[in-house]
Amino acid sequence: MRYTGAELIIRLIERQGVTTVAGVPGGMCLPLYDALAESRIRHVLARHEQAAGFIAQGMARATGRTEVCLATSGPGVTNLLTAIADAKLDSIPIVAVTGQVPTAMIGTDAFQEVDTYGLTVPITKHNFLVRSAGELLEVVPEAFRIAASGRPGPVLIDVPKDVQQQAIEVHRLPAPGEPDASPPLDAGAVARAAALIETAERPVFLVGAGVVASGASPWLRALAERGSIPVAATLHGLGAMPHDHPLFLGMVGMHAARATNLLLEECDLLIALGMRFDDRATGRAADFCPKARIVHVDIDASELGKIKHPTVGIAGDVGDFLGRLGPLLGRQSRAPWLARVAALRTAHGLRQPGAGDPFRPGGMIAPYGLIAQVAALAPANCIVTSDVGQHQMYVAQAFPFNFPRQWLTSGGLGTMGFGLPAAIGAALARPDRQVICFSGDGSLLMNLSELATAAEEEVDVKLVLFNNGLHGLVHQQQALFLGRRFIADRFQARPDFAALARGFGVSAVDLETASDPAAELASALARPGPCLINAPIAEEEQVLPMVPPGGANHEMIGGHADAVL
Amino acid sequence: MPCSDDAGGTDNAILRLVVRNHPGVMSHVCSLFSRRAFNLEAIACLPKGDGTRSLMLLLVKRDDRLEQLILQLRKLQDVLEVEPAHRGWTEFEALRASFG
Repeated sequence: MRYTGAELIIRLIERQGVTTVAGVPGGMCLPLYDALAESRIRHVLARHEQAAGFIAQGMARATGRTEVCLATSGPGVTNLLTAIADAKLDSIPIVAVTGQVPTAMIGTDAFQEVDTYGLTVPITKHNFLVRSAGELLEVVPEAFRIAASGRPGPVLIDVPKDVQQQAIEVHRLPAPGEPDASPPLDAGAVARAAALIETAERPVFLVGAGVVASGASPWLRALAERGSIPVAATLHGLGAMPHDHPLFLGMVGMHAARATNLLLEECDLLIALGMRFDDRATGRAADFCPKARIVHVDIDASELGKIKHPTVGIAGDVGDFLGRLGPLLGRQSRAPWLARVAALRTAHGLRQPGAGDPFRPGGMIAPYGLIAQVAALAPANCIVTSDVGQHQMYVAQAFPFNFPRQWLTSGGLGTMGFGLPAAIGAALARPDRQVICFSGDGSLLMNLSELATAAEEEVDVKLVLFNNGLHGLVHQQQALFLGRRFIADRFQARPDFAALARGFGVSAVDLETASDPAAELASALARPGPCLINAPIAEEEQVLPMVPPGGANHEMIGGHADAVL
Repeated sequence: MPCSDDAGGTDNAILRLVVRNHPGVMSHVCSLFSRRAFNLEAIACLPKGDGTRSLMLLLVKRDDRLEQLILQLRKLQDVLEVEPAHRGWTEFEALRASFG
C-alpha cells in the first residue's frame, strides 16, 4: 500500500493506541495535519505550542500512557521546548512530532527554520531528524519504545516537509513500539537490602515518582505495614500512599512538616524508592539523613550514587524490587520507633492555620481552608493539577491525596503555566473525572490563553485561583532571605480574572465579592464544564515551614506549634 | 570503575565508545559533557566496519565523577558500548604531535 510520510506517521501513531493529540498547526506540518484529517484520532487545538506539550503531559501523567503533541517548525518548536524540558525532568512519556523545512533548505536560514534537533538534544530522552519516509517505519515505533522504557521521558521526531510528502510503497506496517522489559534484579543486592531492613531500628521509606510509574503502591503499603516502616514522599511520590494512612508522613523537604524532616534526620535506614535525591527534597545533600544507611532503588542506574552514595544500590523497577523483597521481610512492630514518630508528629506536625475556617473577615481567604473546602466538595476520585509557587506547596502539604496519578504537578522544571493545560489534558484522558487545577495569578497568566481550549473542549476543569497580586514565593523569599527588599514581586495591574474567564466563554465565580463564598464555591464545583474560582489571598501569607535554599532540612524556618501568622 | 593505569602519570582516562554512525551522534555525546559539566579533553572518532557504526575515543578527566559519566553515556540511545580503554594514549599523543 502507498503512504506519504505524513500518512505513515499518523497511521503508526494510531497503531500505538493514541486517540487524542494536542497541537498547533503551521506551514511545515500542514501535510501532517492533512493526514490527521483522515484519521480517527481527535485533535485538540491548543492556543500555544507550550500548552500543547502540557496537554499531552496531562494525558500522560493521568494515565501513564505515552501521549503525543504536534507543532510546526521554528517558533512552533521553540514554544514547545519548555514543555519538553518539563517532561524530561519529571520523566513523563510524550512523543513530540514537529514539522521542519524541506530537506534541501535545512541549513539555509529558511523561513521558520530552527535547529530543532540541536535544540532538543539536551532536553529529550532521544530525538530524531527523519531524512526519508522509509525511516519512519523504524523511527515512530522506536520513539514510543524509548519514551516508555525504563525511566520514561520525552522523544522528539523532527520531520522535514518533503519527507511528510514523500510517498512510498509499504508492504507491511511495523509492530507498535512496546516498552522494554524491566532489567533483571541483582538477587544478592536484594538480599543485602532485605538484611539491612530487617535489622534496622528506625527505617523510613522515601518514595518518589518511580513508585507511581511502576504501579508499586499496593506493595509499598503492604510492606510498610508488615515492617511497621513509616513512609515519606517526594513531591511526585504523593498519592503513592493514602494521605491518612497512619504510617504516612507526608512530603519531605523544603516545605515538609517539621516532623517529617526531623524523622529523616533520625532514621537509621533510608529506603529510597524511585526517587533521585532532588535538592528540594534533600536540602543540603551532605546533611540529608546523616545517621542513615541508604538502600536506593531506581530504574535509572545513573541515579545511584549521583547525589548520595547508597549502601546498597539497585538498578531496577521498584515494583519488581518490592515484590522480591516481600518474602524476605518478617512482621515487625518497631514499637519504639513508631512511638517516636507519633511523638514528633504530635509536637511538630503540619500547622495549617485557617484550615477549618477559610473565609476570614475582610474577604481574604485562608489557603489551607480553601484547599480543605475544595477537597471536601470535590469527588473523592478527582484529579488535581497545580501551577508553581506558594499555592503548589500549600496543596502538596495539605490536599488529601489518596491514589497514584491523582496529583499532577511540575516538579523538576517548576514551570509556571503548567497547571491549566495539564488539567485540560487530564480531563481529556479521564472524562469520567473532575479535574481541579490550583493556580496562582502569576502562573495562570503564563498560559491564560488555554481558557479558550478549555471552553472549546468543555472539559470538567475547575480552576481554583489563589489571587494575591504577587509572585508569592518570590515575595516570600525576599521577605525571609533578602532583607525584605522587594522587587518585581508585585503586579500593579490586577486583572479581573472572573471577567477574563467569562470573556473566554468559561464560567466564573469571584469569592471576593460573593455574599456567601462557601455556597458560591460549592455551586462552582458542582456545575458542568470549566469554571474559574477567584480566591483573594492576603499577600502576607507564607507557606511554611521553609528550608532556606541551600540549607539543610533541619534548618527549616517557621511552622512551629506556637507560630502566629 | 577500573581504568587504565598506563596513562603516563596523567590524571586523564580514556573511554572507548561504539556509537551508531549518523549525523547527530556527536551532538548527543558532546551535549552530555556540557550539560553535566564533565571535562572533555579530546575526541577521536572514526567509522568502523561497514560504516553503520563508529568508534569514539574520549580523553576525559579521571576523577570521582568518571563512573557517573560512564552511566550517563550508557543512557544515550546511539551509544552502544562504553568501556574504560587501556589503549589510545599513543593515538592521542600522535594527534598532538601532528597538530604541532
